[in-house]
Amino acid sequence: MITNPLILQIIVGVLIGLGAGYVGSFMILRRMSLVGDALSHVALPGIAVALLFEFNPFFGAFAALFLAILGIWVLEKKTELPSETLVGIFFTLSLAFGLLLTPEPELLEALFGDITKIAMFDLYITLILVIAIFITMVKISNSLMMGIISKDLTRSMGIKLDRTNFIFLIMVSIIVALGLKVAGTLLMGSLVIIPAAAAKNISVNLSKYTVLGSIFGALSALVGILVANQYGLQPGPIVVLTGGCIFLVSLLFKK
Amino acid sequence: MEPLLRVENLSVKFNEHHVLKDVNFSVNKADVLAIVGPNGAGKSVLFRAILGLVPHYGQVQWAKNIKVNYVPQKLNIDRDIPLSVAEFLKFKTKNYEETAKILRAVGLTDSSHDDFHIKEHVLKQRLGWLSGGQLQRVLIAWAMIDNPDVLLFDEPTSGIDIGGEETIYNLLRKLNKEHSMTIIMISHELNIVYKYANSVLCLNKEMICYGSPNDVLDPQALAKLYGGEAGFYKHDHDH
Repeated sequence: MITNPLILQIIVGVLIGLGAGYVGSFMILRRMSLVGDALSHVALPGIAVALLFEFNPFFGAFAALFLAILGIWVLEKKTELPSETLVGIFFTLSLAFGLLLTPEPELLEALFGDITKIAMFDLYITLILVIAIFITMVKISNSLMMGIISKDLTRSMGIKLDRTNFIFLIMVSIIVALGLKVAGTLLMGSLVIIPAAAAKNISVNLSKYTVLGSIFGALSALVGILVANQYGLQPGPIVVLTGGCIFLVSLLFKK
Repeated sequence: MEPLLRVENLSVKFNEHHVLKDVNFSVNKADVLAIVGPNGAGKSVLFRAILGLVPHYGQVQWAKNIKVNYVPQKLNIDRDIPLSVAEFLKFKTKNYEETAKILRAVGLTDSSHDDFHIKEHVLKQRLGWLSGGQLQRVLIAWAMIDNPDVLLFDEPTSGIDIGGEETIYNLLRKLNKEHSMTIIMISHELNIVYKYANSVLCLNKEMICYGSPNDVLDPQALAKLYGGEAGFYKHDHDH
């Protein structure tokens, strides 16, 4: 049992940062930066429905994200076209719906997250899910990477790429749903994308890239939560801004 | 001898349009078959169809228990993709000795280079930093790693300068001669076809000609294939 709320926040934040950085590494390689950024918006109506019917917002958010991810998967499968336009329209519309549906007292927390409100239960669920994400990602990373290089080549090797992609997208929705506590529906997408983008600037190989992505994600959460605590600020935006600073520094060492 | 691959009445339709129509050919062990045709003739689609990557009509019959490796024309490898040559090759084998041997076989390093050279100057490189010729050699190495019976090559030398082209084809010929590797390649250079292939399939949505290059690549076939002008490219061969 962890009684110090700051330590609890840091542990949960760092775990989510690790997972977000790792999953984000592959989102960037799959050119899903924009999708990833807008994806978190979809969670808002899910949270709203969960609040209205009084069940855990994590599950509401996950359900909404899962539906959105299913949509992306079908789009990717059916067409070679970039799904950006549809995603852009659909995801922002769901934000608009979410804004109308979410009860006012909870709106700010839903939009920007509030890690100061977490409990032990959140630590357990985060720990289990982040471990599950890492195990799954390591298992599918080769197929994912091959799929990024060439879909035809990967399929010709007998790899079931649709399945791999589907599993990957589920990992994305889990980490985004978890991260809503940290950065909220408006900013969680950035926590997935920015640390990985910074890692890409300075990595020559895949293992360094994914490890650095995770470390940068964790570092953003750690520094962000500490700074926010020190100055009495909202942690979510500070976490994302910390990621932004890491990205700027990484530009100096770009390879 | 049973052919390694027999294709009968193969057709592919995209949205009710025939992209390929009634293609028939077969490939025997140690053949080098070149597939030629203008842009949009369906050459890459033919590859994808015989690999079962697109829905098709007709028969595609591979011999039992043979391993077919494929190198597509376009790989999505940006300059900044964080993937090293070593990691790319590790998708296929984690055995360093085997990797080094194959890198030598494709001429990425020669026998005078020691392990240090191979590790530092080839394996640790970012895949996107390689030149066109080096990348193509890595792809050939990659395709060779698990000793395939058949190698399918979509435009083996796209994006390579003329000098590099010659060496890639010589390498493919060497693999063919020394390992009896069967090679099916797409090419749009007829002189390459005369020089390296023992059979050719001319394709422009349907099969225009099929047989030994010297027999079937006549001016009529070329005119039909390319719409008249390509006949001038016919290579005068005196070997």
